Amino acid sequence: MQTVSSRDVPNNTTVEIRLTFSVDTHIVERIADFVNDGILDAELIDVESEHSAMSACIGAQATGVRTFTATASQGLALMHEMLFVASGMRLPIVMAVANRALSAPINIWNDHSDSVAARDSGWIQLYVESSQEALDTVIQAYRIAENKDILMPVMVCLDGFTLSHVWEPVDIPTKAKVNQYLPKYKPVHAFLDPRKPITQGPVGFPDSYMGFKRMQQEAMKRSIKAIEKANSDFRKKFRRSYGNGLIEPYKMQGAQYAVVAMGSLCGTIKHVVDEMRKEGKKVGLLKIKAFRPFPTEHIQKAAKNLKGLAVIDKEISLGSDGALFTEIRSALSGQGKTRISGFIAGLGGKDVTPDHIRKSIETAMKSKETKEEWLQ
Amino acid sequence: MINNIPTDELFASGHRACAGCGQALAVRLVMKAAGKNTIVANATGCLEVFSTPYPETSWRVPWIHGAFETAASVASGVDKALVKQKKRKKVNLLAFGGDGGTFDIGFQALSGAAERGHKLTYVCFDNGAYMNTGIQRSGATPKYAATTTSPAGKKIHGKTEFKKPMPLIMAAHGCYVATASVAFPHDLIKKVQKALKHKGLSYVQVFSPCIPGWGIPSNMSIESAKLAFKTKITPLFEVENGIVTITNRPSKELPVEEYLSRQKRFKHLSQKEIDDVQSHVDTEWEKLAHLEETKVRIS
Ligand SMILES: Cc1ncc(C[n+]2csc(CCOP(=O)(O)OP(=O)(O)O)c2C)c(N)n1
Ligand SMILES: [Mg+2]
Repeated sequence: MQTVSSRDVPNNTTVEIRLTFSVDTHIVERIADFVNDGILDAELIDVESEHSAMSACIGAQATGVRTFTATASQGLALMHEMLFVASGMRLPIVMAVANRALSAPINIWNDHSDSVAARDSGWIQLYVESSQEALDTVIQAYRIAENKDILMPVMVCLDGFTLSHVWEPVDIPTKAKVNQYLPKYKPVHAFLDPRKPITQGPVGFPDSYMGFKRMQQEAMKRSIKAIEKANSDFRKKFRRSYGNGLIEPYKMQGAQYAVVAMGSLCGTIKHVVDEMRKEGKKVGLLKIKAFRPFPTEHIQKAAKNLKGLAVIDKEISLGSDGALFTEIRSALSGQGKTRISGFIAGLGGKDVTPDHIRKSIETAMKSKETKEEWLQ
Repeated sequence: MINNIPTDELFASGHRACAGCGQALAVRLVMKAAGKNTIVANATGCLEVFSTPYPETSWRVPWIHGAFETAASVASGVDKALVKQKKRKKVNLLAFGGDGGTFDIGFQALSGAAERGHKLTYVCFDNGAYMNTGIQRSGATPKYAATTTSPAGKKIHGKTEFKKPMPLIMAAHGCYVATASVAFPHDLIKKVQKALKHKGLSYVQVFSPCIPGWGIPSNMSIESAKLAFKTKITPLFEVENGIVTITNRPSKELPVEEYLSRQKRFKHLSQKEIDDVQSHVDTEWEKLAHLEETKVRIS
């Protein structure tokens, strides 16, 4: 997949930090091709670990340039510490995560365990369904991250292998158009310039720390509108969009039951929804694109008239339940009579088949709620 | 200039270091050596904590702190960003770490940055333990020193290993390497300035006594550093193009006991243990002298 092409990365994108890791490998390899062929004007840093990848992103972004990196599973887990540093310092870094299971047992295939485990790190998380959406979302991610009212890092989460290693046609917008959509990066607060010395990353004692966290939370809330605007402006310029940028309802008109899911699985779900619609069943799909910020109000609105929801999680918070399921339950608590059933599927690359999806919808159609049903 | 040392104070007074802190004195000198066109990437540790209690800062140059083990990796990002901004030639880039942030947890990031050849000078302020978190043993803690994690017990007398030979390890990367001491300001300044002129990554390790960590009175930090030099516990040398030069030799050598006996962390040592330290110091010195004499290239 050509997530990041020569043209979609704006001309003043600058420092790419790469570490070759099987699943995000294609992304950084293509970037290296673009840089070495002189198509992309960027500096590459071949770091020795993902921890250093994120640290180098922090250093570069704090100096005043745009940065990009990509990682997956163990790599994201290794950089976990630095995710909080990047967001706490309000650095608009953009990172692609090729979603993959975590060890042990070691497994290189797709699920959402890696990025969902990083949901509390202060990064905006956008999950994509196709290669085209991955490409378009990377462009939008810079718009969202660099918005001076937001200044938050953004993770673009694309399913490992399913999207990271697939070759499919992608419409690559021209550099000129991308530059119109995405203005040149001008750092608002983050620069290291001897002419104007500032201190970045000081100690926050109890009298200030909580205030900083509150500001991050306020920015997260504001980002709901910024994501919608990035999506609608993108539609105007490129004639493509993905729902409202936060959620994407599919055949929800008149639906009584719906599946809730994230990522490439939504492609298969759309197929099952089409089939079941043909059978006269009133079913739809509610694709969640933004997991952070979690678009609670949009989901409440979209689910208002539904009788039942089947939430499919590609990860599990061990000892609790699927994370998406928990979020949906919390978002809809006290909201009418929608029954919510939860399913765990696709861990470590286990196929999620149309039959699994059909089963989840049929369960939701029964009058009883179920929890943590394993689709194996 | 006073006595050939710039009067600019780029590291402002009023910070929260302990009275007599060797590291604070050393940082002030390093900043004088580097001048105002400098960017600093700092690791977590005493220095970062005592100099930047939000909303105050002691730094009159642009300064960034990421985490404990990331001085070299954050600085790698700064380096490449400066290249991209076409400002690289105009700015000195320093990465600061304590001995814990350098010898132990930040070692991988430092080795990676050295291998990639980033243009920066990494300065390790060696006070021989994790002082910020209350004196835990590090790879730089000297043998037999009592720390909170290597206590002087009845059976085991402090740390059981000698210090990691970090300068030679960095020299094996092909870097310019220098050891310096807060007791010798002119030598320290000269070495930092030389390091900054070098291609790629350069490494300067500055011996910086710690008042509470070593158990010395607050007026004894320079004296302790001088004794470390005279007893040859901290040889002052540099490695340039792989060749070792001992830059300063004590005019009157002292036995290690002169150094050890004045610090609480070594109070429990037996004569046999003191002899063991002496013999290690002698061997290490001979090794250095041999490298110097034979001009054997380390890298
Ligand atoms: C990953 C991680 N582990 C532990 C800590 C806690 N910590 C902060 S500073 C420090 C010790 C610093 O020691 P050193 O690098 O020698 O610097 P000094 O304080 O002695 O100057 C530790 C253990 C941390 N911040 N991050
Ligand atoms: Mg220390």
